Amino acid sequence: MEERSEAELIAAVLKGDAASFEPLVAKYSPRVFATARRYARRESEIEDICQEVWLKAFDKLKTFRGEAPFEHWLMRMAVRTCYDFLRGHQRNRISSFSEISEPEEDWLERFVAEPGNAAEDADAAKLLIDRVLEKLSPEARLVIQLLEIEDRSVKDIAALTGWSVPLVKVRAFRARGEMKKILARITQEKYL
Amino acid sequence: MNLAELQKKLIAAARLQTPDERVPYAFEKRITALIAARKAADQWLFWTRGLWRAAAACVAVACFFGAVSLFTPKTVENTNDLSQDFENTLLASADLPDTSPTP
Repeated sequence: MEERSEAELIAAVLKGDAASFEPLVAKYSPRVFATARRYARRESEIEDICQEVWLKAFDKLKTFRGEAPFEHWLMRMAVRTCYDFLRGHQRNRISSFSEISEPEEDWLERFVAEPGNAAEDADAAKLLIDRVLEKLSPEARLVIQLLEIEDRSVKDIAALTGWSVPLVKVRAFRARGEMKKILARITQEKYL
Repeated sequence: MNLAELQKKLIAAARLQTPDERVPYAFEKRITALIAARKAADQWLFWTRGLWRAAAACVAVACFFGAVSLFTPKTVENTNDLSQDFENTLLASADLPDTSPTP
């Protein structure tokens, strides 16, 4: 069977053929899942986020005007859904760092002794940054993720989140401060 | 401790993590099934929503007229009770004098 183009599939869905949505889901789900995995840890939560992204995409498909690629439009929806998820799951943010594992503690000790010796590709460093990201406020986490980790531009983040460019800058400034405070708390708890 | 350096290191560690793109088996089928199920539910939703809205409108109208009748001062002519008024209206035609021409 001849493969239909993305525009044809979208047009068919808009005409009421819901089955034409399936190839779109199959094509873009890996990216949606990768995005969700940046913000959620449990597989059940990740699946819930992705499901919500696709249901929202189906409901709002009428608003897709085809000016930008479908993938960009979908990623905006995915990022906003992840942000909503973060806002809904911020219960355990303010807690102690006493639960830091031994490898993480060792890594920190190595960093304190000689910063150059603490490798960033170590599993402990990855665990530690995940822990730090989890303690950030939803806004701060989103900005740090997009700006610092994914290395996106401020304009790009504004388009993805729906925030204005100045707001992204303000939130980025606050996020860096928030992260520093969390790091200071870890080191205070461990080394003072 | 150099916090800025620590922050940089941890950000670098996060950058090295490439998120998994794995999708659960038949995920797209699940989404299409969910959409189809929602569509069927939507038709019921249309009616229930409409009926609830109609009911709310009826209650609002009833409350309005109830309030109007409650707070309107009674006039002197309205002293008769409702049953009397009803009877008068019903028998109004019988009370009329017979004006048909006599043969």
